[in-house]
Amino acid sequence: MSNTLDYQQKTLLQRLNWQDWLYALVVVAGSIFAFVKYAHYMDAYEVAFLFGAAALFSYLGWQWKSLGKLVIAVGVLSLASIALYQGDQTRATEVFFLKFLISSQSAIMWMNVLFVLAMVTYWFALYRRSAFTANVASALTWVAVLFGFVGLMVRWYESYLIGVDVGHIPVSNLYEVFVLFCLITALLYLHYEQKLNTKQLGGFVLLVINAAVGFILWYTFDREAHNIQPLVPALQSYWMKIHVPANFVGYGAFSLAAMVALAYLLSSKGVLTSRLPNLEILDDLMYKSIAVGFAFFTIATILGAMWAAEAWGGYWSWDPKETWALIVWLNYAAWLHLRMVKGLRGPLLAWWSLIGLIITTFAFLGVNMFLSGLHSYGTL
Amino acid sequence: MNPKLSFTKNFLDLLSSMRFAVSLLSVLGVASVIGTVLKQNEPYENYIVKFGQFWFALFEYLGLYDVYHSVWFLVILLFLVISTSLCIYRNTPAMLKEWRTFKDHATEKSLRAFSHQATFNLTADYADTKQNLLHFLNAKGFKYKIKAQEDGSELIAAKAGTHQRWGYIFTHVAMVVILFGGLLDGNLPFKVQEMLGYKRIETLDLPVSKVPAESRMSVSNPSFRGNMTLAEGSTHNVAFLRVRDGYLVQELPFAVGLKDFRIEHYATGQPKSFESDLVIFDPELKEPITKTISVNHPLTYKGIAIYQSDFQDGGTGLKFNVWNLFSPSDKSRELSGAIFDEGALGEGDDLLRVEYNDFRKFNIINMSPDGKGKPHNVGPNVTYKLRDSRGQAIEYVTYMQPMQIDGKFYFLSGMRETVQEDFRYLRIPADEDLSIDGFMGFRAVMLDASKYQEIAKRIAKKSLEDSANPEIKKQFELSLVRLLTIFAQGGYSEVAKVIEQSVPEKEREASATTYIKMVNIAAYEAYNMGLELNKKPLLKNTSETEALMRDSLNAFSDMFFYGAPYYLQLNQFEHKEASGLQLTKSPGQKWVYLGSVILVLGIFSMMYIRERRIWLYLKPSANEVHFAMASNRKNLDFEKEFSLYREQLAGIVS
Repeated sequence: MSNTLDYQQKTLLQRLNWQDWLYALVVVAGSIFAFVKYAHYMDAYEVAFLFGAAALFSYLGWQWKSLGKLVIAVGVLSLASIALYQGDQTRATEVFFLKFLISSQSAIMWMNVLFVLAMVTYWFALYRRSAFTANVASALTWVAVLFGFVGLMVRWYESYLIGVDVGHIPVSNLYEVFVLFCLITALLYLHYEQKLNTKQLGGFVLLVINAAVGFILWYTFDREAHNIQPLVPALQSYWMKIHVPANFVGYGAFSLAAMVALAYLLSSKGVLTSRLPNLEILDDLMYKSIAVGFAFFTIATILGAMWAAEAWGGYWSWDPKETWALIVWLNYAAWLHLRMVKGLRGPLLAWWSLIGLIITTFAFLGVNMFLSGLHSYGTL
Repeated sequence: MNPKLSFTKNFLDLLSSMRFAVSLLSVLGVASVIGTVLKQNEPYENYIVKFGQFWFALFEYLGLYDVYHSVWFLVILLFLVISTSLCIYRNTPAMLKEWRTFKDHATEKSLRAFSHQATFNLTADYADTKQNLLHFLNAKGFKYKIKAQEDGSELIAAKAGTHQRWGYIFTHVAMVVILFGGLLDGNLPFKVQEMLGYKRIETLDLPVSKVPAESRMSVSNPSFRGNMTLAEGSTHNVAFLRVRDGYLVQELPFAVGLKDFRIEHYATGQPKSFESDLVIFDPELKEPITKTISVNHPLTYKGIAIYQSDFQDGGTGLKFNVWNLFSPSDKSRELSGAIFDEGALGEGDDLLRVEYNDFRKFNIINMSPDGKGKPHNVGPNVTYKLRDSRGQAIEYVTYMQPMQIDGKFYFLSGMRETVQEDFRYLRIPADEDLSIDGFMGFRAVMLDASKYQEIAKRIAKKSLEDSANPEIKKQFELSLVRLLTIFAQGGYSEVAKVIEQSVPEKEREASATTYIKMVNIAAYEAYNMGLELNKKPLLKNTSETEALMRDSLNAFSDMFFYGAPYYLQLNQFEHKEASGLQLTKSPGQKWVYLGSVILVLGIFSMMYIRERRIWLYLKPSANEVHFAMASNRKNLDFEKEFSLYREQLAGIVS
């Protein structure tokens, strides 16, 4: 019977070591601290979200150790930044470390710079077939994500410095959600990169992330969109805290799928074939990210409907954003049908998910630019 | 075979086929796009203006102004329900069978035909090995069934993740449930009654009591989404349902009163919250219910949810100073009215009706020239129409307080003749006290022909030497008086007209420059004379004064294009607001939510539960164990798992 243990799969709890438990302890302790200090600002749902988030990030950190390290690092840097603020917003441009490193604005700028550097490095690694350079690129992406999250966390804090009634989670306008989009897309990619060892794809995925970075820069310098604005009444709801992030997991995953599709199409045409992972891996990755995206997009749309029922008097108003969300959903539903039921594979699906990105982008950005409706929070 | 039967069968096959479902999804997608590109439920006049009569009629016939409630759109949805239901009906038995079965009818031969299979030599003890294999399957989470074969062999058929099959059923059932809920909340009952001729929409603006019974929906209407505008202090027991270019009156089983409406603002001026203190009156209640609602916090009573949706004016009381722009008097008279009321100005043929349309206490406008600055509150404005005896109306919007533009303050009043136009603004420069009086005094002097001689005299005294020829002096004064007379008739454009008529083309520019200079000098004197009359300190000759003269002359000239001889300066107001409520009865909501939960469960089980089957054919006669593995979805994970199991099983067997 001795050989039975070789194949015995350990359950998650059995696999945890003391670092994992310590990590969870820190996360839970952090949320208890936040609860004790800020409970009077939160309603029952938000308290549930706080502890739900603690449980979620404990679990995610256990499943994916690198994420756990990121969570800790984001926490430490954000707290350091907040400590340097000393409750005074003007210090953001006065204190050296804040001004040049970890004030909300600077951290987000570092994120932008690091994403650009990471992309260049990924492409260089692909060109030189250098594993070391690819590792550097991967590390740069991780640090970019770290700075991005620190930027958002500190921005959250900063919004309360402007005024207690102004303070809100930074997912309320186009500028903030673009940062969120970069971070989520990068994290989804990093997850698969680690799991499937596909560092060759980094250059592709960072194309779409850096398109978003370009937008952030234009939006910052031309429109001064980085200024924190108070929330309009419709957005003052706990729903925002779950609806928006869920949506961006969807958008991020669809974008990731489209970039993998691009690599697939190039590779199948003989371009970079020898440098890229083989087609089966690309196909599998494309499917997995569309599946994740579809699941989260469905949840986000349902949460949105529930929020709409509370804010606008109906769960479905055929508002342009809602309608385009439906179109995106139908698009990927059809994609998944063809793949799962008909067993379709190959360039057709890759083309489809690439075109799907155009539809998704329109739903995400085009609706705000060209169509008006209830969702007019992020007008250009 | 009966051809008729086969046709029905073919038709049903088509309806429940994937091809048809995916085509429907595509059509639905495209149809939905139309509704987002073409703005829905606008007033029909806007469409006529935009498309012209022909296209307007065609689009109306196609129902494009309310795509999502058009018959053809509902038919597509209906087909989607039918197609999905048929798909469920046809596939569920097979799915359930797959879910239950162990597929233990597999034979050795059929297993050898699998793409993923291996044969191991059985070296260990048979009974032990069998035990170990079962243990292995258990450890991997497989359920199994053992079937003895005729030749003494044994087949272990195992399955894992067959719950995935429920994913298919759940997602598809969810679609039907959601669409059913949506259909419950659509206006289908009204549509049917309208087609049968029992109901019709009302398109005229009638008082509620005059709306005929066929345009009223009774309390028993199962679902609706309507609006109610409640002024502070008033009570209503009906809501309005907007349908196409008309409306229906929805009767309510209770009455709603508004005690107070509040808007709070952030320090930057943006709105922070809208709140209504509501009172629900119902004969069934001992005490009326009082509750404060706000955005995101509705009130539900008797299955009807009441939402804070917007706000408007509720009949604010207004007091104006009315200036007759073309009278040489610097005095105004008073006029009072209220929003939604009417007043009158002038008499006889010149009578103008004043329709007070809207009052806004806060106006957050971005006044910076490049649009980059922060928007801020510029104070109250009032919108009104002046309608002449022929029924022609001009719409005006006038701001109460002077607005700062490029560092200087102006009173702004916009006018337009049609809704499609943008407002064109008259900018009246404020005087040192930030009041309009300085300009009005100046205007009165400029229009008063009896003062021209005095102005001319003053200018002559300043600009000509005392010793100057009296004849030249007289000539100078005369031409000034003439210029002022022309200017008073139409400002700069009148002067330009005169120049065009009487001056040769070559000299026009030079004489225009001279005239402008002279008018500016005259304006300075006129302005000061206005101030003198009001016993105000006089202007000094500075660059600010020069700018003030330029602005005053521009305003004077623009006055002639203002469309009416009256300037209504808002003086006082008594703010009265009305809350915009939305009332919804939505019996389908719980179905939609139920469907949503099923949908999420379905999607997750479909995508994240992997169905896998293992067959182990134990053949003691040949000392062989045959291993085969299959999945309904072959992907990389499956390949990896197969390789791993093959290796581990080889370890167990030999």
